[in-house]
Amino acid sequence: MQIPAAFEYARAESLDHALQLLAEHGEESRVIAGGHSLLPMMKLRIASPEWLIDINDLSELEHITEDGDWLRVGALARHVSLLESDVVVGHFPIVRDAEKTIADPLVRNRGTIGGSLCQADPAEDLSTVCHVLRAELVIRGPNGERTVPMKELHRGPYETSVEPNEILTEIRWPIRARSSSAYTKVERRVGDWATAAAGASVTLGAQGQIEDVAIGLTAVGLDGSTATRSQDAVRGQQPSEDLYAEAGRLAAEDCNPMGDQRGTEAYKRHLADELTRRVLRTAVGRVMSNAGSRG
Amino acid sequence: MQITMTVNGDSVSREVEARVLLVHFLRDVLGLTGTHWGCDTSNCGLCTVLMDGQPVKSCTVLAVMASGHDIRTVEGLASGGTLDPVQQGFMEEHGLQCGFCTPGMMLTARALLDKNPDPSEEVIREAISGQICRCTGYATIVRSIQWAAAHPAGSSQAETPAADPASTDTAEVSV
Ligand SMILES: Cc1cc2nc3c(=O)[nH]c(=O)nc-3n(C[C@H](O)[C@H](O)[C@H](O)COP(=O)(O)OP(=O)(O)OC[C@H]3O[C@@H](n4cnc5c(N)ncnc54)[C@H](O)[C@@H]3O)c2cc1C
Ligand code: FES
Ligand code: FES
Repeated sequence: MQIPAAFEYARAESLDHALQLLAEHGEESRVIAGGHSLLPMMKLRIASPEWLIDINDLSELEHITEDGDWLRVGALARHVSLLESDVVVGHFPIVRDAEKTIADPLVRNRGTIGGSLCQADPAEDLSTVCHVLRAELVIRGPNGERTVPMKELHRGPYETSVEPNEILTEIRWPIRARSSSAYTKVERRVGDWATAAAGASVTLGAQGQIEDVAIGLTAVGLDGSTATRSQDAVRGQQPSEDLYAEAGRLAAEDCNPMGDQRGTEAYKRHLADELTRRVLRTAVGRVMSNAGSRG
Repeated sequence: MQITMTVNGDSVSREVEARVLLVHFLRDVLGLTGTHWGCDTSNCGLCTVLMDGQPVKSCTVLAVMASGHDIRTVEGLASGGTLDPVQQGFMEEHGLQCGFCTPGMMLTARALLDKNPDPSEEVIREAISGQICRCTGYATIVRSIQWAAAHPAGSSQAETPAADPASTDTAEVSV
């Protein structure tokens, strides 16, 4: 029977209260959101915090709000809320693509976007999504608020730049015209982590060229999850199957997957290639059909 | 620490250690052993209960986190001596063999039908996709949920009186 080591528990009543509790209990305290990464680790005694600060009552961190050129998402927004949100899918179909494949419906009822990003597991799907959408993260600490770009959030696997006395409060995705996005993942069965997955976001220019692009890959050992050379190859070009193939070829070359029970290194490189092509094709197709439907 | 929650409509207060998981609180402290417990690693869904109407894995929720919330277990499905249509459906359509996954499956089904009274087969399969059944191959579970959708509470066919466990067994064998 797996039982966590003993700890003390406090339930935060507001964001300030949560920060105060973290300050009071110091380095040995941890925030608990959905608990679907932290509790399994505590049950295995991989994590043994002395204090758990429960932030689940902070309804001020649950919002999904369109605000000018940004979509602002509270750190406590659950996977299920992101999956079912029409405003999210309207601007960022990549989020629904990814959420459909994250864990299973039960886990999605509890797990949060903030917990996913702070867990910093290299196979976390929402990390790639946030890289591709060039998210900005709002972090609150005892000295106020700071905003960091997604590429500065993760310091390495399971390590983030959110300090022990800080809380991630909001994720912001920039809304851009003539843009769309897509995610696709290969998993062995429902609820499994990615064997490999890819996400892309594209902005088309007035002449139909790919004006801007972001390509990310999950679970294949790509630095910062971003396929830089693939992006450079695609940017400024007219979309075509040959172009997607070139981006895929470069992604397969640049990633650094490890063979494991989910697949061999060669298979994962093959997936990096194929999935990169697919997400580019889908994202570009989505921009075009949006443009078409708006006349 | 002292926690208070609603379990199957009744308010319960107990003193528990912070590390007690909801599944063990329900089974060992409250004696509600209808909630099963399988993998212990958040994978199998056997321990599913409803928290504020949503299915969750009770092995991955602390009892202290459930304090102040509304919990429903399989013991709370039948009401006033009447089986929930979902329970009736599992009897009618052979939704179980060993019964290990059944409480969790039925609770997920209840939550699904509360949200979507007429789900497609695809939606049903998606809803139960986080729960493992080693016996049925899922086909009869899907049919059981479809039966429940077709016989909502209040409709005449669902008004079968709750039988005691012994005669429930007979009812199943006799179909
Ligand atoms: C069976 C199973 C399958 C899964 N499959 C997938 C999958 O396929 N893809 C995928 O991406 N994920 C998967 N997950 C992980 C899932 O998405 C988790 O919900 C997520 O990783 C963690 O979110 P949480 O809210 O539960 O975080 P918690 O477990 O509560 O916290 C995780 C970490 O983040 C910290 N933290 C949480 N919130 C904050 C905050 N606001 N500020 C600062 N620190 C914070 C905690 O202290 C802890 O260190 C799976 C999980 C399970 C149990
Ligand atoms: S016992 Fe909870 S998911 Fe298996
Ligand atoms: S009936 Fe035996 S596990 Fe489902």
